[in-house]
Amino acid sequence: MIKAILVFNNHGKPRLSKFYQYFNEDMQQQIIKETFQLVSKRDDNVCNFLEGGSLIGGSDYKLIYRHYATLYFVFCVDSSESELGILDLIQVFVETLDKCFENVCELDLIFHADAAHQVLDELVMGGMVLQTNMADILCRLQEQNKMQKAEAGISAAPARAVSAVKSMNLPQQLRDMKLPDLPQAIKDFPVSLH
Amino acid sequence: MALKKVKGNFERMFDKNLTDLVRGIRNNKDNESKYIAQCMEEIKVELRQDNIAVKANAVAKLTYLQMLGYDISWAIFNIIEVMSSNKFTYKRIGYLAASQSFHADSELLMLTTNMIRKDLNAQNQYEAGLALSGLSCFISHDLARDLANDIMTLMSSTKPYLRMKAVLMMYKVFLRYPEALRPAFPKLKEKLEDPDPGVQSAAVNVVCELARKNPKNYLSLAPVFFKLMTTSTNNWMLIKIIKLFGALTPLEPRLGKKLIEPLTNLIHSTSAMSLLYECINTVIAVLISISSGMPGHAASVQLCVQKLRILIEDSDQNLKYLGLLAMSRILKSHPKSVQAHKDLVLACLDDKDESIRLRALGLLYGMVSKKNLMEIVKKLMVHMDRAEGTLYRDELLTRIIEICSQNNYQHVVDFEWYVTVLAELTEMETSAKHGRMVAAQVTEVGARVAEVREFAARECGALVSRAAAAPPGPASKEVLYAAAYVLAEYCREESVMRESVSGLLICAGTGGGHMRARAVCVHAALKIVANLLRLYEGRNDMEAAISILREALSGLRPLLCSEDMEVQERAHNASALLALVLRRLSPGDSVLAALPDSTLPDTARPDTILVEHQHIDDLEKEDNLDPINGESTTSGFSGGLIEELADLFDGELKPVAPKAQKKVPMPADLNLEQWLSHDHWSSDSSSSEGEPEAAVFAAPQKDARPTAQFTPEELAMLREARRQEQANNPHYLKDDSPRSYQQDDIPIAEIALEVPLQVHTKRSDKYLLSRENSSKKKKEKRTSKKRKSKKDKPSSDSDSEEEASLSRPAVAEGGELPEGAALSDEEPPPPPDDPHRALDLDLDQPLRDEELLTSRINQYPSPEGGLLTKKSKSSKKNKLADKGSGDKASKKKKEKKSKQKSVDLILPEVAEDLLIEDLSKTNGKKSVKGSDEVEEAILVDPHPKGTKTEKHKKSKKESKDKESKRNKSSSKKGKHEKKTGYEEALGISTPSKEVI
Repeated sequence: MIKAILVFNNHGKPRLSKFYQYFNEDMQQQIIKETFQLVSKRDDNVCNFLEGGSLIGGSDYKLIYRHYATLYFVFCVDSSESELGILDLIQVFVETLDKCFENVCELDLIFHADAAHQVLDELVMGGMVLQTNMADILCRLQEQNKMQKAEAGISAAPARAVSAVKSMNLPQQLRDMKLPDLPQAIKDFPVSLH
Repeated sequence: MALKKVKGNFERMFDKNLTDLVRGIRNNKDNESKYIAQCMEEIKVELRQDNIAVKANAVAKLTYLQMLGYDISWAIFNIIEVMSSNKFTYKRIGYLAASQSFHADSELLMLTTNMIRKDLNAQNQYEAGLALSGLSCFISHDLARDLANDIMTLMSSTKPYLRMKAVLMMYKVFLRYPEALRPAFPKLKEKLEDPDPGVQSAAVNVVCELARKNPKNYLSLAPVFFKLMTTSTNNWMLIKIIKLFGALTPLEPRLGKKLIEPLTNLIHSTSAMSLLYECINTVIAVLISISSGMPGHAASVQLCVQKLRILIEDSDQNLKYLGLLAMSRILKSHPKSVQAHKDLVLACLDDKDESIRLRALGLLYGMVSKKNLMEIVKKLMVHMDRAEGTLYRDELLTRIIEICSQNNYQHVVDFEWYVTVLAELTEMETSAKHGRMVAAQVTEVGARVAEVREFAARECGALVSRAAAAPPGPASKEVLYAAAYVLAEYCREESVMRESVSGLLICAGTGGGHMRARAVCVHAALKIVANLLRLYEGRNDMEAAISILREALSGLRPLLCSEDMEVQERAHNASALLALVLRRLSPGDSVLAALPDSTLPDTARPDTILVEHQHIDDLEKEDNLDPINGESTTSGFSGGLIEELADLFDGELKPVAPKAQKKVPMPADLNLEQWLSHDHWSSDSSSSEGEPEAAVFAAPQKDARPTAQFTPEELAMLREARRQEQANNPHYLKDDSPRSYQQDDIPIAEIALEVPLQVHTKRSDKYLLSRENSSKKKKEKRTSKKRKSKKDKPSSDSDSEEEASLSRPAVAEGGELPEGAALSDEEPPPPPDDPHRALDLDLDQPLRDEELLTSRINQYPSPEGGLLTKKSKSSKKNKLADKGSGDKASKKKKEKKSKQKSVDLILPEVAEDLLIEDLSKTNGKKSVKGSDEVEEAILVDPHPKGTKTEKHKKSKKESKDKESKRNKSSSKKGKHEKKTGYEEALGISTPSKEVI
C-alpha cells in the first residue's frame, strides 16, 4: 500500500499532497516538513530509498523518492510494494504530467494542482496502484476533460473571457513578482526524463 | 428570475478563482497568513451564494488551502453540496475536496450515502469512477456497509475501467466492514481471471493486500496465482504475485518446492530488475521455509547470492541498496553463503551514501566469526574516527557493541581485547547515551566472564585514575559508573586497589551536576578499603591498615557535605564505618578528631562496639554456620571487626534474566489484603508488604532501639544471605508459606531458599544444552577464581569441553529465573486497532444464512449459471431462482450478466489440476470444496425450496453422486450435489472460455 504521496519543491513548499491514511492538517504539514528535511539533505547521486521518518510509518515503511529539477516526488510505501516498481511509477506519474501539461514545470503544478490530482487519481486509487500504462491514463483523462468542456459550453463563455483577460496580465505580473522560490533550474525544467 | 440569476452570475464572474488565489498568495509572501485569512472570509461569503458555480469555485480554493495546512472541515456541508451537483466539472471539484479533507470519522458523512450511491450507478463511467476514487479516501464503516452491494455490482460492470476501480475499492470496504469479505470473496476470486489485464492486476493487488496480513486464509488460491505467474507477462502483476508467494511459502513448504523452478527461470530470463529482485526475495523466502534437504537447494542459494552480488556491484545506488537489503534476508538462514562476500560488504561501508552504509552495517552483524571479529571491529573503529555526523558514528558504536555481544559474546575469543575496545570506545567520547551502552557492556563482561575480571578491573582502575586526573566527558561519566563497580567488585591486586581509593574519592567529588557515577564511586571506595583491610589484617600489617583508613577518611571528608544527596549519604555511612575500625586500631587517632560525629561521648563508643561484636559472634555460633570464620575473627588485630566489615561486601552478584521479575510465582497462600500482624501493625500498616522481603530487612521490633543496635542483626542477615547465595538469589523470594511476623521470630533461618537452588540446576541444564562454544582450557584456569561462590558458577565450567576451532573463555549465559519459569519470547499481540485482525476469516467455509450480504448478492449476476453448466442448465437454474425469489427483473438482469460473465471466467480447478498435483491432495481439495460451497451457498441458501427442486432434478439427471454421498449431511445435500455438477462441468468450462 502507498500511504502518502508528496510533491514539494527544493524549499519544502508543498505542491501536491495526497494522504491515503488520515492525518489532520497540522500533522500533514509536519510530515511534509520532516520528509523534506530527510530527503533534501541527500545528494542526487545516492540511492532513492530512505528508511525511517518517524511521523509516517514505522519499520515497515520506506520513503521512495525522485528528484526532478526543482521538485521532489516522494512516495511513502509499506513493504508490500516493490521498491523499483514504485520508482517506475513515479516516472510514469511525471511523464504523464509532462504529457498533460506539455513540458511540465513547477509552475504548472502550482497553478493546476487540481489537474495534477486528476492525473494521480488515474494512477493510484486509495493507496493501491490502479493503472501504470501511460497511454491508458492519458486516454481516460482526455475523455473526462472532454466531458468537462462539453458541459462548459456557452454558459462558461463569459467566465472564460474574464479569465483570458486576467491571464493577459500575467506576463506583467510575472515580471513584477519576486520569485525567490523559483531558482534558475526552473528555466531549463522540461523534466529530465531518464 | 432568470435574469437575476444571470446577473448574479455575471457579478460573481469577478470573484477570485483558484488561479487568482494562487497568484495572490505568491504576491503576498510577506503577509501570507493575513492574505489567506482574507481569502477565507471571501470564500465563506461565496459559499453562502446559491449559485453552484460560485460554490464550486470556493471549494476548489479551499482544496488548495487545505494543502497549505488550513483546516477546512468546517466546509464539509458545502463540499457535499458541490459533490451532489449534476455537472461533472463540479463533481470533480467536490470529490477532490472530499478526498483531501474527509475521513472516516468526519461528521455528516451519512449525508453522502445516497448521493454516492447515485453516482456509483451513474450512466457515465467516469462519474462512477470519480465516486469510487473519492470514496476510497474517506470510506467509513457505515458507508462501507451501505454501499458494499453497489460496489460489488460494479465489479461485474461491462466497463473494465469500473471493474478495476470497484475491485480496488472492495479492499477498502473490507477494511471498514469485514463482514463483506466472505460474501464478496467468490467474486473477487473470479476477477483474478478477468479478461482485462487491468482488472486482473487490481484483483491480484487486493488479494495480495489481504493475504499479507492473514496468509493462511488464501493458501487455497495458490494454484490460481501459480497459473497467473507462469502465464502473465505484466511485470506489475508478476511482482505482486511473487510477493504474495513470499508470504504464503512459510505456511506451505510444498508450495515453495514448486515455486523454485519457475522462479529460477524468471531470474534467468527477465530483464526487469524489479522483477528479478522480487524473484530473488521470494526464492529466499522459500529457502528459509524449506529444510536444506531439497535437491538443488545449495544451487538456488548460490544463484541468489551471485545475482545479488551483481546488484551490489552495480553502479546504480538503488540496486546496491536493494542487493544489501536482500542479502540481509539470506543472512539469517544461510550466513555462510553471505560471508563469502564479506569484501563486498566491507567495501560498502565506505560508500558515500548513508542508506547504503547503514545497510552494510546491518549485514556485518551476521558476517562476523571468531576469526574475523577483531579485524572487522578494527575497521569499524577506524570508521568511527573518521565518521563525521553523529548519527552514523552512534550507529557504528551501537553496531560494534552489537556484533561483539551478540549471542552471548559468541564470537569474542579474547575478552581482554574486548575490554580494551570498550575502553577505547569510551575514550572516543561519544554521547552520554552511548556511554551508558558501553557501561552496560563493562558490567556485563565483568559479571559474565570470570576470567577477564582481573584485567577488566585493571582497565577500570586506569579509567578511574584518568577521570580523576581530568574532568571526564559525557561518555566517560557514564562508563565511570560501571568502572567503579567492576573495579571494586573484582579487583584483587593490592597495588591497584591501593591506588584507586583516592582516585575514586576524587571522582565522587568531581563531575558537578547530576552524575550517577558519583555515589557509586563512594561505595566502591568503601568496598575496596574493606577488602584491603582484610588483606592487611591477614598479614598483620597494622601500619598499612591505619594508613589506608586515614587516607580514605580524609578523602571522604569533603564528600560529607557534597551537594549530591546520595553522595553525602553514602559518604557519611562510609566514614562512620571506617571510623569505627580506625578507632579500634588506633583509638586516639588525629583523623578521628576531625570527624563530625566524634562529638558523641567517647566512652559510649567502645562499649557499643563490644556489645555489637559479642552479638555477632553469638549469632554465628548459634547458627553454626561458620565456626571457623567466627574463630578467626577474634584473632585479627581488629578483633574481627575488619572481617565483619569485609563480609559486608562478600559474595557475587549475578545477572538476572530480563523477565525474571515477571515470572516470580505468586505464593498460593499469599493474601495481600490480610493484616500482617493484628496486634502491633494494625496502626502503622500503611506498608502493605506481604512480600517475604519485608521480613528479612524489617523484622518489627517492639521498642525501637537506636539504629546502631540494628547493625549486628543486619550484618548477620546480610552475611547469611550471601553465604547462602549459591543456593539462593537475594533478589528472589521463596514461594513457600509466608513466615510469621512475630518479632522474636528472626527470619534468617526461615528463608528457606530451596527455590533458587532448583533454579540453578535448571540453569545448568540449560547451559549444557545450549552452550556450544566454551573452551576447554579455561577449566584449569578456573581454579584460580577467588570467590567462594565459585562452586555455584554455571556448570558450564565443568562441561565446557566442546570442540571449537578457537577457544574462548566461558561466559555466563542468561540470567536467573524463578522456579518453573522458562525464558520465552512472548510476541506482543498485534495492535488492537489493526483492521486486518477483523479480516482473519475462514474463506473456505460455506456462507451461512445469516451472513448479511448473501441475499443481496443474489440479486446480482452470479457466475454459476453461465459458467459452470450448459445453457439448458443455466436456464433451469434461472427458473429456479425465479421460483425462489419471484423477482423477474433480477432474473433477467442475472441472465444477461451471467452470459457476459461466462466469457471471462476460468475455473480455478483447471489450474489446480494442471499445476499442483501434490498440493491439491490436501489443500487443493479443500479449496475446491470450499470455493464451490461458497459460491453455491450464495445461490442456494436464500432459496431453500429452489434448492431442493434443483437437487432432485439434478440427482435424477446426473447419477454420479458417489462423491457427494461421502460428505452428505441432510442440510448440505444441495451443496454437494452442486459440487458434483461443478466438477462435471469442468470439461465444459474450458470451451466456454473459448467462446470469447
